[in-house]
Amino acid sequence: MNINLVEYFDSTVSLFPNKLALVDSSSKLNFREVQQKAKIISYKISNNYVLFNLPIAIFLPKSNDSIVSFIATLYSGNCYAPLDTKNPIDRIKSILNVLKPLCILTNSEYEEKLKQCNLEFDIINIDTIESKDIKIDDLNYKNCIDTDPAYIIHTSGSTGIPKGVVISHRSIFDYIHWAIETFNITEKEVIGNQAPFIFDNSTLDIYLMIFTGATLNLIPEQLYMFPAKLLEYINTNQINFIFWVPSVLITVANLNLLNTLKIPSLKKVLFAGEVMSAKYLNYWISNLDNSVLFANLYGPTEITVDCTYYIVERDFKDDEVLPVGKPCRNTDILILNEENNLCKKGEHGELCVRGSSLALGYWNNFEKTNSVFTQNPLNNSFPEKIYRTGDIVFLNDQTEIIFVGRRDFQIKHLGYRIELGEIEHAILIVFNSIIPCVLYDSNKKKIVLIYESETEISVSEFRLKLSTNLSKYMMPTEYIRTDKLPKSISGKIDRNGLKELFL
Amino acid sequence: MDEKIISILNETRPEFDFSKSNNFITEGLLDSFDILTIVNSLDENFNISIDGLDILPENFSSVDSIKKLLIKNNVSL
Repeated sequence: MNINLVEYFDSTVSLFPNKLALVDSSSKLNFREVQQKAKIISYKISNNYVLFNLPIAIFLPKSNDSIVSFIATLYSGNCYAPLDTKNPIDRIKSILNVLKPLCILTNSEYEEKLKQCNLEFDIINIDTIESKDIKIDDLNYKNCIDTDPAYIIHTSGSTGIPKGVVISHRSIFDYIHWAIETFNITEKEVIGNQAPFIFDNSTLDIYLMIFTGATLNLIPEQLYMFPAKLLEYINTNQINFIFWVPSVLITVANLNLLNTLKIPSLKKVLFAGEVMSAKYLNYWISNLDNSVLFANLYGPTEITVDCTYYIVERDFKDDEVLPVGKPCRNTDILILNEENNLCKKGEHGELCVRGSSLALGYWNNFEKTNSVFTQNPLNNSFPEKIYRTGDIVFLNDQTEIIFVGRRDFQIKHLGYRIELGEIEHAILIVFNSIIPCVLYDSNKKKIVLIYESETEISVSEFRLKLSTNLSKYMMPTEYIRTDKLPKSISGKIDRNGLKELFL
Repeated sequence: MDEKIISILNETRPEFDFSKSNNFITEGLLDSFDILTIVNSLDENFNISIDGLDILPENFSSVDSIKKLLIKNNVSL
């Protein structure tokens, strides 16, 4: 039995050494080349540091180099934490200060941006590593066991500081084995990647390649600006498998592109990250061949990408809700009501997860970890953790799980998970004389800022100043000034009242 | 029409000076969020519906190219 992700990668390399592994806009690499490049970087890491099982931050744009760096990190016996090169410097700093990585892997182009941050962490520029005289058999990963961390992905935090979710090797095997079996994945798959690597949906794309020998094509991000070009790219590269966020599928449907541009190579269409409406799914189904598989996946980062799935096998009316389905193999879902008892069919409750998929916790944050990774309330006999997602769901008559909404102020926008509180914190840092309230208009898919202020602030001024500390996808798109924000009896801002007034 | 286009561009990306750019796409002034925002704003402001097949780099590379796209959509100067 393999106990380490590197062992899976090594066996794939020995089965398919010359098969195409990675494609990006500037290079193509076969499995042996990926392995060689990764080992060279890994040797450099192991040569510099004796310690292992620590995070290494990866500061690279989406590219073959970033995947090679992930694998190199695993070879060195450490875990990787992808950073968003498009993030404002302040957000990157706040992540690094909590992460305290062993070092940061980057390339010549991005080394400068990092140096401007004046960080106290070592930087390794992968473009300048000398490949001669290395002994690449002596790599640290052999000391790791399956419960050791493999990656750390950061999600939005309501207190303004992102949280690093730590995922083990074992959780990734557990997830990928389910995916290979459920969707019949082989080395013949050509995967068209959309998810940025800071978003854990990319785990499926990356590890299907690593486990099966499938080809992973990193579709140039620029093509998502021009959906017609994106469909052309699918054709020319013969992509047959995609796992995308619904917003991209919805854009293609809204522009009615599949009517004129056919994509016959595509055989499997998976989506997750936000609610997919049946209306747009129906558009895709009616414009692709009958044999194409469509699946709705669901799960938060804390349980390793997905914990439930629904393979579309019956017709849905445009206004019907798609189920998130049933638990993935080796995952158990508990729907708990306020009294911590299992919900009956139809009764709304919080979706909680039990299984090998559970994250190890939040990096350097025991308090937050203990608040959501809690003892299973149905088990009084031995310690057993569940993850409380904060998502409200129910079981329908067919025993399928239906997603209802959130218990708190977390939203999904363009596939990204965002705490409205993080946006409000960022606004207060640059505009300290206003009182902000950020709402999400789920119909129009807009982040709306309503602010209490005596004077009007221009949209340009908001966007200009917020671009220094807020990710692009968190930027409000509508700005409304008010003299006084309404308060509820408890003294808090009356969000529901505001929604009725303005949205 | 030029003024309206420039004000839509400025509201989307206030940090850039679009008048100094030769090509908004190749110079990286706009990304996929921006293109969709701009298409929506153009649709709303000029009461048109831009065809998905026209959402191409060459139609969003400059104020002039956006203007040509509007004219194609029967917007009068």
